[in-house]
Formats: sequence, C-alpha cells, structure tokens
Amino acid sequence: MTVTAAGPLPQTPYDVAIVGAGVVGCAIARELARHPRLRIALVEAQDDVGQGTSKANTAILHTGFDATPGTLEARLVREGYARLGAYAAETGIPVERVGALLVAWDEEQLAALPRLAEKAQRNAYPDTVLLGPGELYAREPHLGPGALGALHVPGESIICPWTTTLAYATQAVRAGADLHLNTAVQHVRAADGHLLTTSRGTLRARHLVNAAGLHADTLDRALGHEDFTVTPRRGQLLVHDKLARPLVRHILLPVPTALGKGVLVAPTVYGNVLLGPTAEDLDDKRATGSTADGTAALREQGRRILPALLEEEVTAVYAGLRAATGQEDYRITAHPGQAYVTVGGIRSTGLTASLAIAAHVTGLLADGGLDLGPVREPEPVTMPNLGEAFPRPYQRADLIAADPEYGTLVCHCERVSRGEIRDALASTVPPRSLDGLRRRTRARAGRCQGFFCGAAVRELFERGARP
Amino acid sequence: MTAPRPVDVLVVGAGPAGLAAAARLAAAGAGRVEVLERETRPGGVARHCAHGGFGTWTHPLTGPGYARLLTRAAERAGATLRTGVTALDWAAAGPVLTTVGPGGPETVEARAVVLATGARERPRAARLVPGTRPAGVYTTGELQQAVHLFGQHIGTRAVVVGASDVSYAAAGTVRAAGAEVVALVTEHPRAQTGRARARTARLGHRLPLLTGTTVTELLGHGRLSGVRVRHRDGRTTVLPCDTVVFTGDFVPDHELARRGGLTLDPGTRGPAVGAALHTSRPGVFAAGNLLHAVEPAGTAAREGARAAGAVLDFLAGTPWPDPGVPVAVEAPLRWIAPNRVTPAAPQARHVLRTRIPLTRPVLYVHQDGRLLHRERRPTALPDRTLTLGARWHERVDPRGGEVRVSAG
Repeated sequence: MTVTAAGPLPQTPYDVAIVGAGVVGCAIARELARHPRLRIALVEAQDDVGQGTSKANTAILHTGFDATPGTLEARLVREGYARLGAYAAETGIPVERVGALLVAWDEEQLAALPRLAEKAQRNAYPDTVLLGPGELYAREPHLGPGALGALHVPGESIICPWTTTLAYATQAVRAGADLHLNTAVQHVRAADGHLLTTSRGTLRARHLVNAAGLHADTLDRALGHEDFTVTPRRGQLLVHDKLARPLVRHILLPVPTALGKGVLVAPTVYGNVLLGPTAEDLDDKRATGSTADGTAALREQGRRILPALLEEEVTAVYAGLRAATGQEDYRITAHPGQAYVTVGGIRSTGLTASLAIAAHVTGLLADGGLDLGPVREPEPVTMPNLGEAFPRPYQRADLIAADPEYGTLVCHCERVSRGEIRDALASTVPPRSLDGLRRRTRARAGRCQGFFCGAAVRELFERGARP
Repeated sequence: MTAPRPVDVLVVGAGPAGLAAAARLAAAGAGRVEVLERETRPGGVARHCAHGGFGTWTHPLTGPGYARLLTRAAERAGATLRTGVTALDWAAAGPVLTTVGPGGPETVEARAVVLATGARERPRAARLVPGTRPAGVYTTGELQQAVHLFGQHIGTRAVVVGASDVSYAAAGTVRAAGAEVVALVTEHPRAQTGRARARTARLGHRLPLLTGTTVTELLGHGRLSGVRVRHRDGRTTVLPCDTVVFTGDFVPDHELARRGGLTLDPGTRGPAVGAALHTSRPGVFAAGNLLHAVEPAGTAAREGARAAGAVLDFLAGTPWPDPGVPVAVEAPLRWIAPNRVTPAAPQARHVLRTRIPLTRPVLYVHQDGRLLHRERRPTALPDRTLTLGARWHERVDPRGGEVRVSAG
C-alpha cells in the first residue's frame, strides 16, 4: 500500500500513469488495479483525492434520463448508474433513492415535460410519470405556490461523492496502485513511453491516461492534440442545515428551457439541503470563490421553489468548476500510436458514469496495446458511513460497547465521534488537512462550523487521536 | 432501545444557566438532579473566556474561575454532572430524552427537563460572506478554545469582524496568542462597547477600528491571504491577513428544542417562554442564552435559578400554564425575551436588542391599540443589552391579542 505526498518518485517505469485523482482518475486506477500484473501510478497535483470538481458538485446519482440520446455520455451514465448503485451497496457508500421531480412553473415548462418523458424513453429509462399539481403538492407540501405540474423520475438518487472517490482510491491503493499526491505534472515527452516531469521529479510510464479534469486540455496540448478547450463553468451552491431536511423529499430539478437551466433544490445524504448551482463561464481555473451576486441570485430562485428554506441556516457556500468543453458529449479519445487516452469533458455526470468510464478506458488501453494480464478481483472495502439513512457509529450500541470511542462525540452538530476521526487518520488514504478530515468524517461540517468543536478536532488532527 | 432510566430533573447543558438550575434544584431536595454536558468539561462558553467580567463586583472572576465556582456549587448541592454525554433526541411524548456517551445509548425519563443548551456565533458561511474557503477562518468560540484550552498556533495577522464586547475579547485572545490585530471591522458607525473600552483598545493597545466597513470577500487558496472590505463611501481595500475572526451574531443552539417540537419565538429563534420559563412542551423548561443570544453569564445563571423555582412548583403539583399572550417587537427592535406574558409568572424584566443605535429611546408597550406602558431607557446599541421592566404585565388582557413593543 503506497501513498506518497513528498520526496522523490519511484524511477522504475510504470505500466500506466493516470494523471488526476478525481472521481474518474480514481475509478480508472481501481479498474486497472484488478489486473495484478500492472504497475499503476495515480498522479495528483493536490494533497488529496477528489479535490477538484469531484468534491464540489450536486452529489446526484443520475439515471441519464435527460442525456442526449446516442451519445457516449448517455451510454456511460446509464451503465455507470447501475454499476455505481451496486458498488455503493457493497462498499457502504451512502445512496438514497429519493427520486427527482422536474417542476414546471409556467406553461412553457409544463409543455416541455412530455418531451422530456419521451427523451427518457429514448435513453432506455421508461419509468417517468407526469404529475398534476395535486399529486405534486402532496409529495412536496413545502413547495412554493404556483407550480403547475412535474415529471417524476423515481430513479434519480443522492450519493456521497467524497466516499465514492475515496473508496475507489482506497481499493486501488490496497490492490497495489501507487498514489502520488502533491505531484503536479509540468511537462510530458515521449521517451520509450512517457516521461513526465512533475513538481516532485520525473516519472516514467508506458501508457498514459489524462484524467486531469479542468486541466485535461492543457495536458492534451502537451501531447500534441488540439481537440478541445476546457472552459471552467462555476457552480455556486448553498448548503443548508440539517434542520431544513424535512422541507424536501425529492431532488427538485428545474425544467431546462431556452432561457437556461435554472437551479435545483436537493437533499444530501448527510441530511443537508442544497440550493444551486449557478452556471458562470469563466477563464480562471482557480476561481472557486463564491460571490455576493451568485448567492443572492440563488436565494432569489430558492425563495420561489421552497420558501421555508430561506429561513434555515446556511452551513456552507461552495463553488465547483465543471469542465465545460462546448461539446454535447464526453471527449474520451484513444491515441493508440502514443499509448495515450484522453478522458476529457467529463461534466457533472462524471460521478455517476465513473465506473463505466473506467471500464471503457481500460478497454481503450487494451486496444492500444496494453497487456492487462489476468484479473484478480480486489478485496472488497467497507467505507465509514457518512449518510443519515444508515446507522452512524453514535447510533450503534454494539459498536460503542466494543469501543467507547464511538460514543465519545467530538463534533456535535454532525455527531462525529472520536473513534471515527481516529479511524480516518489511520486509513489507507489519510487526510492531509482539516478539510480532508471533514470529507472523511463530516467533522466541522455542521451549522457551527467549528464554534464548539473546531479546536478539539484540530487537536486530534495535529496531535493524533490516540489518548 | 434500553428501558428508560428515571430521574427527577434532567438539565441539558452545564453552562451557567444549567449549573445554577441544578444547584438550586438539588439544594431544594428535588430528588435526583442530573446535568448532561456533551463537552468533556462543565462550564459552557465561560470555560474558555479567559478574561475578567464574570462573578460579582466584590468577587470578580475570569470565565474559567466562574465555571469552576458554579460547577462546585452544583456538585456540592448534590446534582450529578455527566460530561461527555450528548442529549440526542426526544421520546414520543413527555420530558424523556435519548442520550449517548462512551457508556452507550440510554433513554432518560425525567419528571421535568431544563433545556440550557446555550448559544453560538454564526460562522462565516451563515453570514454569506463571499470568497474562497481557506484555512484561518474562526469564530470567537473556536479561537478562544484554540488558544486558551489547547495552546494552538493561530496565525500572525488577524482581522476581527465586529466591534462589540465579544470582538474586543477576541482581539485580546489574538494578542495573547502572540498575533497582531490588523483591525476591528464593523459596519456600524461606532463600536458596540463602552467608550472606555473602545478608547483603551484604540489608544492603549493601538487596535485600529474601521467603522462603516463591511467584509465583502475572503481571499486566498489553502490559507487566508486577506479580506476585502468596503468602506461607507464605496471604496474597497484589501487587508492582508492570515486569520479572520467572525465575532458576535449569536444565535441560540436550538436543535434539541426544535427536535422536541417546542414553539420557537420568531425574534429570538429560541423557545417561546414566559417569565417562569415554561416552554410549549409540558414538563420542559428553558433557561439561559438558548432564550436570548446572548446575555452575560450572570444573567443566564440567575435565569437558571428562576427556572429551578418553576420546576419545583411544577414537581409540587402546580399545573402547566396556558401559553400566555405573545410579546413581539417592532423594527428597529430585533427581539425580546421572555416573549410570553402569563398571569401567574414572576415579574422578571425583559431583555431586548436593537438593530441600530437608539439615543435615549422611549419604549412603548401596546396591546390591541391600547398603550399599556411607556418607559425611557438609556442609549441602546446593537449587540448590547436593553431592558424593559415588567410592571405592565398586570395590565395585559389574557384574552387579548399580541402585545407589541416599539421604540420611539
């Protein structure tokens, strides 16, 4: 098991180097790690997995009902939905099958619903149901006045994006892949395979996978391709306190119209309620700040969808950058002559599609001459549960009886025990920052944002959770 | 679930209000009085206020000293303190709570519950301050614990957001940690503290105070690199710093109250109570800064003792009172507590807050258009206590409409 974050990189050539440890890169590493003969490097510029778009999205497991029929994205989302659903169940990634309602607020949107139902059919998703206002308000009693109807998509689900990425990385590393953090790729050149110059020295690999997300176009150009340009599209989201969770039962999706996509209101598996995202095309790939205009616009739209939500506390405002390419599809391209696969333009559906993308990319690598060798299924992993729909450690008498540290709560808003923090610090891919610890445990993620527990959590993080 | 364990009175929260309630209840022979505290030590916020201003004129104390005094008093009186135990939720009816601690889950069935869960500062996210999400962003509560309880390093240059008493306490903690206070920043035209304290801070400690100034953006990736502020005249500046402390803007920590379905007051966002501190759930009382975020520790403690009196009456058979007549405020007043008038309750004074400074205001009390009372008060500042006497309670029509308090 190897995770490195400093020092020189191994000089023996790898069979495959994957650049980018987001949800897609981690899924590819996990898929390749099923082949024990391969030496795999997962290379990440930041200090943790899932630090880009993977950590700041709407956390939805999509059915793919509204994908553009016939695209690669439509197929991979459909396959990925089934794969990730099954993987989540066996791994302990929290998923809640709450279903989505596309709510129509005017006649134009109402008229669009049957077309969306028909599109869902073409995407092999036949389970949508049109609802009149009576049934809509029976399902969502706190919905603002004026909704005319909705399309119910029962399969749309919510999922924990952090645990998903971490589960892939954990399984890949335990199966023998090397995860190199704090390793920014600066140059690539062909030299008996690929020679990567990074912030931590050089690394050699016979095959290269570009899963660099927002920076996938830059890396692609370094390998001589001008196929696409990534325009970061900022999505600001407001996270509301768990006390807001009873206000909403489904994912409330906007009906896409010519005037734009609108915003969604969605519960999270942690029991929060999301409002967002904005959609702002930017130039700066580091512009992950929120803005006064953005949050004000979201609250204005949220007031119409779920008026009572505005009365609840906001526990976080975050902004994620989606990798928009101006294309209606993923940009997954094999360059067999170069032993190189680009995995670009993976938009907000990437979380859902991740396992299917991984299988697809593995196929492309094999077609490009990578000898995968035999398959050995990796040891199953069981991830710590961060979801409210499943028993958390503080709710489990058996666990506390065996280890009282699970009954010792440190973060009170989110009810995170000392035992969970200790486990995260000792895990296969441990956190390197308080934010990393938050994504693994929910510690400091609640309404007080550390007023009560911040110093105690930092103490455990910096000096270790052993008494 | 395990069989419920009976106690006579369960107090939730071992801050000044909870400890004072427990001390009086135990001393008065209320039976088994148990205090649940989710932190590892009792005392509430006072335990990390390593500055003076607690105790009395004759016995001045620091926060930790005051916490120890109240803890000893409760224990000596015979109350049981259970630290590291969290009250999670309520059973379907009555003053019955589920808890968890290192010993596992438990259901505690009390004859009466006193909620004293206190208050917290609203953090940066709740204030919707735009920008990135770097490290180095604190509330006063976290800062004080980091410095005074754990001796952690906090950074080198700190901007303190706010200029109320707690902001000056936060500035003191920054200095105690060896860091520099870049400025105190307030959108108000002056500091929300006594003139003497403001002058000492400005001249004695050379703490710059920026009035009429709003924090509009946090900057920096990884670690905070500065805060952008906008002055009254529209100019914006960046104050380079690696630490920012959001102070004040307290709200009740009301999760347990809400989970129990208690009626909340729309102004305070704490449980609606009359002067005897009965909530809308029979058998459940509330005291301290859960009711009014925030008043000094001494006020919270006195209120805890007052709640204990009502608990004793209730245990002796006094029936649960009707909800009473609601008391609401008109802008620029923000809230009032207690916010119900019940006929039999003691005539305890009300505390209020204003949104803007009021120079020697007159407070008017009306019910259904009828003037019940008027009273001139000293100049009131936002985030500082404004009080109103209770002599008018006897003139309230118990069957009439809402009582409205306004400032003129």
